[in-house]
Amino acid sequence: MMGPTLERAMVRATSLSQALALLQETAIPSQPLCGGTDLMVQAMTTQADGRRWVDVGSVDELRGISLDANGLRIGAATTCAELRVHPLVATHAPLLAQCAGQVGARAIQERATPGGNLANASPAADLAPALIAHGAQVELVSASATRRLPVEDFFISYRHTALSTDELILALHLPLSGDALCWHRKVGTRRAQAITKVALAASGLWVKGEAHCRIGMASVAPVPLRCRKTEDWLRRHALEPGWMDAAADILREEISPIDDLRSTADYRRTVAGNLLMAFLRRFQAAR
Amino acid sequence: MSEHQGWIALRLVLNGVERSVHCPPGMRLLDFLRQEGLGGTKEGCGEGECGACAVLVDDRLVNSCLIPVLQVEGRRVTTIEGAGADRELSALQQAFHVEGGVQCGMCTPGMVLAAGALLKRQAQPSEEEIREALAGNLCRCTGYVRIVNAVSSAASTLDTRGGTP
Repeated sequence: MMGPTLERAMVRATSLSQALALLQETAIPSQPLCGGTDLMVQAMTTQADGRRWVDVGSVDELRGISLDANGLRIGAATTCAELRVHPLVATHAPLLAQCAGQVGARAIQERATPGGNLANASPAADLAPALIAHGAQVELVSASATRRLPVEDFFISYRHTALSTDELILALHLPLSGDALCWHRKVGTRRAQAITKVALAASGLWVKGEAHCRIGMASVAPVPLRCRKTEDWLRRHALEPGWMDAAADILREEISPIDDLRSTADYRRTVAGNLLMAFLRRFQAAR
Repeated sequence: MSEHQGWIALRLVLNGVERSVHCPPGMRLLDFLRQEGLGGTKEGCGEGECGACAVLVDDRLVNSCLIPVLQVEGRRVTTIEGAGADRELSALQQAFHVEGGVQCGMCTPGMVLAAGALLKRQAQPSEEEIREALAGNLCRCTGYVRIVNAVSSAASTLDTRGGTP
């Protein structure tokens, strides 16, 4: 099918300032496009919405992985193929390396980016649980301002984010994972090329006998979710008799999965709790 | 193709040849390649699931159905037609032939390119690594065993004989 994308207006931005200037033009609304792994599929099955595509894949400022005093900076247009093998990511953000290696398959990983994964805002976003568990902040930039917010606050409601039409996702900032125990599991129909039924990424650190955990989940709510209630409960009740089962029950209450073409709410609730317990068993052993 | 409003002038290196063309910027790379007569690049699913349209852009394996052609401006695009030497099979192509890794042929161009990209990253991959690298290329005929054997066999050949995949 030689399709609808033929009709699309599209320009390439070669610098950040040019990209932001294009996004600011109100006469022609823009849609940033980078790896295209979601947008191209959507474009083939929906009517053109009149927005001009702005290719941001060649903007240098959006690329690269580096370490500074505050942690790891990952350019929004870094590819998953880069994330899964980069030594800094493997050392300081192991969950992100793992998740990047489970996005689609190789040809998708060569194109897909964290910026695109967040902006697309699927509840099943593969990288979101890892970014939430690592405490990542997303840096947004427009022609006039820059701001940062925690990844979990970037998602507002189903497929709706904090990103304004004149903003780009510039980078992600991650504190170093240090000694935290990190664990991730994506559950899908098959190992590759599957959209998530349920995924959980968690990091945990024992601080004076207290469990400090961060738990990110996908496909269990309208948005990728930080499970704060479960995290708070664990801080107060970890190691009490029966705590792992009780924590799983809290998590099953906190999430709001639905029945859809990939799975059922029941299955997702059951598996979400089981994944949490799998993490907690390792977390306890690491005490 | 003649020039139309909104079309762009595009420069790229296609299978080693510098080209200058005019086309709609949002046209899928897949459609562009097939229009150029490069029919080895197949359309399977059209949504990045099956790998039948896989090509190399700057030596990286990508699905050409998910790439607006504007994004290959200034880049090197290699399709299966550019993978072997002229009139001579590459080590991988030879191994697919000998091991019986080809049946209907729909997935084969993508398989060969995906396997070639793997062998450039890792000369002696394990079976697990081969399967992971080919996980985005679906085959409905072979059951994959012969394809995996072909990649292993090509890796051994290249190890003894040298050369490119």
